[in-house]
Amino acid sequence: MTAGRGVPMVEIENVGKRYRTGQPVLDGISLTVAKGEFVTLIGPSGCGKSTVLKLISGLTPPSSGAIRVDGMAPRDAREIVSYIFQDATLLPWRTVEQNVALGLELEGVAKPARAEKTAAALDLVGLAHFAKSYPRQLSGGMKMRVSIARALVTSPRLLLMDEPFAALDEMSRDRLNEEILRLQAEQKWTAVFVTHSVAEAVFLSTRIIVLAPNPGRIHAEFAVDLPAPRRAALRDTAEFDALAVKVSHSLHAALAPEAAAVPS
Amino acid sequence: MTPSAKQRLAAAANAVAAFAALLVLWQLVIWIFRAPAYMLPSPWAVAKSFVSRFVSILTAIEITGEESAGGLVASIAVGVLVSLIFAKSRWVRRMLYPYTLLLQTVPIIAIAPLILMWVGAGTASVGVIAFIISLAPMIFNTTQGLISVDENFVHLFLMHNASPSQILFKLRLPHAVPALFVGMRIASGLAVIGAVTGELYAGSSRVGEGGLGYSILYASSQLQTDYLFALVLATTLLGFAFFFLVMFFEWYCLHNWHESARVPDADSDL
Repeated sequence: MTAGRGVPMVEIENVGKRYRTGQPVLDGISLTVAKGEFVTLIGPSGCGKSTVLKLISGLTPPSSGAIRVDGMAPRDAREIVSYIFQDATLLPWRTVEQNVALGLELEGVAKPARAEKTAAALDLVGLAHFAKSYPRQLSGGMKMRVSIARALVTSPRLLLMDEPFAALDEMSRDRLNEEILRLQAEQKWTAVFVTHSVAEAVFLSTRIIVLAPNPGRIHAEFAVDLPAPRRAALRDTAEFDALAVKVSHSLHAALAPEAAAVPS
Repeated sequence: MTPSAKQRLAAAANAVAAFAALLVLWQLVIWIFRAPAYMLPSPWAVAKSFVSRFVSILTAIEITGEESAGGLVASIAVGVLVSLIFAKSRWVRRMLYPYTLLLQTVPIIAIAPLILMWVGAGTASVGVIAFIISLAPMIFNTTQGLISVDENFVHLFLMHNASPSQILFKLRLPHAVPALFVGMRIASGLAVIGAVTGELYAGSSRVGEGGLGYSILYASSQLQTDYLFALVLATTLLGFAFFFLVMFFEWYCLHNWHESARVPDADSDL
């Protein structure tokens, strides 16, 4: 299923995207994500960060350039990819465990195996007691945990996350950030994460890509060398702050020259 | 007593009081304007007529009830089927959706005689009329429910390589169930109206015995206005019964997950 170790998890080569009418959304994006990396795309709204995830998942084709996921065309790689949306996108008519089992069910996994994997995934996010609950009975943070369990149940090698914690309060967000890192350390998947929170980007990532808008393009790149395992206390350190400030400046710079942008 | 039970009791008391006020007003109108019984019978006369002719009213309810139920069940089945086709093919939907509007706008009174001619007088043609009049809301609401699924859900399914029929039956159809019930509620009332309207034309195969529409015609031709009122009351009750049956079914299907079926005070317990 998985190609050799040397093959990058995601390869984006000079990709442009424009929808049928109007301005290009992305222009000349090249990005390689190695296996095991946690890469965060950050940028102001309208810079096409979500579009990058849509391209990697094959939900929308690029207008130019090429994308490979583990050496495959994005649509053929879906078996090893899971997508976490900004909203928990739980099916309200299904219980928590039925929601988590959705992917396995659609892929035709037999019932006993499904139940076993679902229970394990729910355990992982600490929601084993809520297996029979309906989504409407859960808080926003719990719903997102279910969404994470649903994404992990199919044992993905690549996780695409589109501002998954944007709608949560800060407490839940911080806690889930730590949890995501713990899960990644255990399961060793690769992550491409989209956010507009600098603190979140610095805390989670091994690498941060700053995007500039109109059209979306890569503005700057930061390696994050903070040691693992990262715990809540990391947020209070000077290194964390220093990097956050750097990324923040870069973000402002990405937005500022907009007025003076040279027409392409 | 819990506050909610108190509230419900108060609401019920209000409804009863409003009904009593209506009866009093009705009786007052008779006294003040000296209305003759063939124009406006007293509430008491209507009640008496309802009791004394209870057996024929019950028979009429049974006949009309069967016709309405037949029409309603058919419109649910056909409506859901048509909606599934509409949801599956945008092309077919664009082509045919405007014509379903005709179902809504066609004057049922005008085409009832045609249907009688084609299907033949009797319960079957009345059922067909009930079916036609209740079909449009089924199609409109169910189709709307099927196609108004958030894009992210579709993407979620696509990420698991879901087939088009998996998306239709595991995502779109359950998502459409609340809308389907909205359609059913409207359709249930229309089916009864359709059946009664149909009977006005269809008459009865048995002399002196027929559904509510037929009996209403009969009562009005005999100037038995108290009986006429009793029959109108019976028709209303039949409509209510259909509506509440649908409501119960809706609650049964949705109470676990859907907002509309939530008991408001259940929230505070969570």
